[in-house]
Amino acid sequence: MSTPEKKNMKVALFVTCLVDLNRPSVGFAAVKLLEAAGCTIMVPDVQTCCGQIAYNSGDKESAKAIASQVIRAFEGFDYVVAPSGSCAGMIRHHYKELFDGDDTMMVAVEELSARTYELTSFLHDVCGYAPRDVSLETSLTYHDSCSSLREMKVRDQPRALLGGIKGLELREAEDREACCGFGGTFCMKYSEISEKMVDTKIDNLIASGAKTLAAGDLGCLMNIAGRLKRRGADMKVLHVAEILAGMGDKPGLGEGGN
Amino acid sequence: MQVTSRHFKKGAHEALHDENIQSAFSRVKSGFPLARARAAGELPEFEGLRDEARDLKNHILQNLDYYLEYFEDQVLLQGGRVHWCSSYTEARDVVLAICKEANAKTVTKGKSMITEEMALNDHLEKNGIEPIETDLGEYIIQLAHEYPSHIIAPALHKTKEQVTELFHENHGKYGLTERITDPQALVNEARQVLRDKYVAADVGITGANFLIAETGSTVIVTNEGNGDLTQSLPKTHIAVSSIEKVVPTLEDASLFLRLLARSATGQEMSVYTTFSTGPRRMEDIDGPANFHVVLVDSGRSDLLGTDKQDLLRCLKCGACMNHCPVYQAVGGHTYGWVYPGPIGAALNPHMIGLEEARDLPNASTFCGRCEEVCPVRIPLPKIMRHWREQAFETQVTPKPERWGIGIWAFFAKRPTLYRLMTRISARSLKGMAGKKGVIRKLPLLTGWSSVRDFPAPEGRTFMEQWKKQSQEGK
Repeated sequence: MSTPEKKNMKVALFVTCLVDLNRPSVGFAAVKLLEAAGCTIMVPDVQTCCGQIAYNSGDKESAKAIASQVIRAFEGFDYVVAPSGSCAGMIRHHYKELFDGDDTMMVAVEELSARTYELTSFLHDVCGYAPRDVSLETSLTYHDSCSSLREMKVRDQPRALLGGIKGLELREAEDREACCGFGGTFCMKYSEISEKMVDTKIDNLIASGAKTLAAGDLGCLMNIAGRLKRRGADMKVLHVAEILAGMGDKPGLGEGGN
Repeated sequence: MQVTSRHFKKGAHEALHDENIQSAFSRVKSGFPLARARAAGELPEFEGLRDEARDLKNHILQNLDYYLEYFEDQVLLQGGRVHWCSSYTEARDVVLAICKEANAKTVTKGKSMITEEMALNDHLEKNGIEPIETDLGEYIIQLAHEYPSHIIAPALHKTKEQVTELFHENHGKYGLTERITDPQALVNEARQVLRDKYVAADVGITGANFLIAETGSTVIVTNEGNGDLTQSLPKTHIAVSSIEKVVPTLEDASLFLRLLARSATGQEMSVYTTFSTGPRRMEDIDGPANFHVVLVDSGRSDLLGTDKQDLLRCLKCGACMNHCPVYQAVGGHTYGWVYPGPIGAALNPHMIGLEEARDLPNASTFCGRCEEVCPVRIPLPKIMRHWREQAFETQVTPKPERWGIGIWAFFAKRPTLYRLMTRISARSLKGMAGKKGVIRKLPLLTGWSSVRDFPAPEGRTFMEQWKKQSQEGK
């Protein structure tokens, strides 16, 4: 990789629909981190969602319409960064499939694809960022979301960043590359199978002995946190951006008090 | 066999509450994947071989007619016969006719997925011929009148106790009346029964892992050696194969062999890899007098040139199901037809119809582990998504689901309206949760709240707060 240009990168934040609705603090954590890494942050106003829900449900036309909206809204920035491997993966990899054969769109699609990143890999790989003066006394286990891991090749970056948090002890869980059973609408359409998958995941997370769970995708986190609450299990659930931005002491998902 | 794919959800429910199935299939995840990872790790060129294998399969599929005819010529030169069958019915009739010609009463069978597809055993039985499966797992499920729950470990769902009972019920007629529980003793008893069958058999039927065009050979890999006895002892050997199994040369077969066992069981090679080339020659010490190859299409050629052609690269190693969390949760029979797991989810809609198999490509989180381990890099999630698109376009997707996506997309395409909706939703969901921080019951999303709480939103959307901050100049 060439030497990163650390100053004045114009970065557009792709907030993601789940962060926008459910946990805006993740968005603000992302902004804080990106600014600390020397980026100028813009949040295009017309963004709603990346279109993945339609895409994975087979509604290709709706997915294309939403993707076109994203492509237009995110023109002209140096980078597009999302606090989610899943949404970033949709933009980077799947828009090309959506517009396959459409030469007029493909230039813009490929151009957007090339500058779209998942947050932790952007901070680590592009900005060369490392957290300073952030501490959190806890033991933590990190859940690799499938799309971060397999589509965006994000595995070591969040761990490297978390390694810079003072007082944080990382405990890897068994079978950490296994899916948590979220899968977008899958978790509602096939709730019993999803339940089995998330329970297997939770058993492994708890067995790690960690008090806190972090991941880079809010979908997985809402699924796991929701099931933890239903089981009455005690584990704090945070997005990795919140921890890195020094917001690790705020209530976790499903804890109230926000 | 009876196709039950449309009852996938019901089957999943039952499987999730069946202790035997749960214990059998949860073992899959610790066994095969670890062995595969070790085997792949020990071969530095493994990833490169996967690329080569993918490319070679693509080349073969582009020239399938050429290689199949080449193969046929060589089989004929070696003194064998080739039967082209476009459907299961045709293939079953061809096999039956060969068996009748051989006056067969007993037929031994090596493990073969294509004959499962064809439901060959039922057809032979109906016509007064006794088929005997000689692969131990296949033998067990034949006694139980079931079909494989895993493509390389067909009796995975059976417990040792169930095998004891099956053998006890079925082996009395051979004078084996003792109820055996020791696994090794069970294997020995099966071996004893099967030995006599091998000798008695008039015809031996096997599948084929590969057909080699340059030599006219069929290749099978086994770990029990049962295939060798099946194809070399009887007077007639029938190799039944689907058309995509052809490879150009021996060298090419070795490329796939290096990937096959490593991907399947983590072995470097299966214990037996056996090449059959034509009937017995004068100088051979054994072998069949008659050698037949039955080539079955049954819908495969319809996949050529489509967005699902990649499925025809499949080596039937089972790695995709070994690594699939959905398969591990619901077991093989839930998929309702011959192929379970991701390959079944991607292939079965083509073979048995999308309406019947609609759930299969939908019951996936697209976690991507199957594609990650597939030795020939079949993009399984992508093909499942194509089925979802087809289901949506042809209105096979149920109406409530279509409406749900439609309503959501309506708002997602209108950012201003979307903002309003999300602002209202964030506030009302937070209100529903109160101080608890979670919502126990979501009226419109019962699929969510039937198994988990819903972590409540913080109350104001990001976009709303961001806009306010921007207006206030931060």
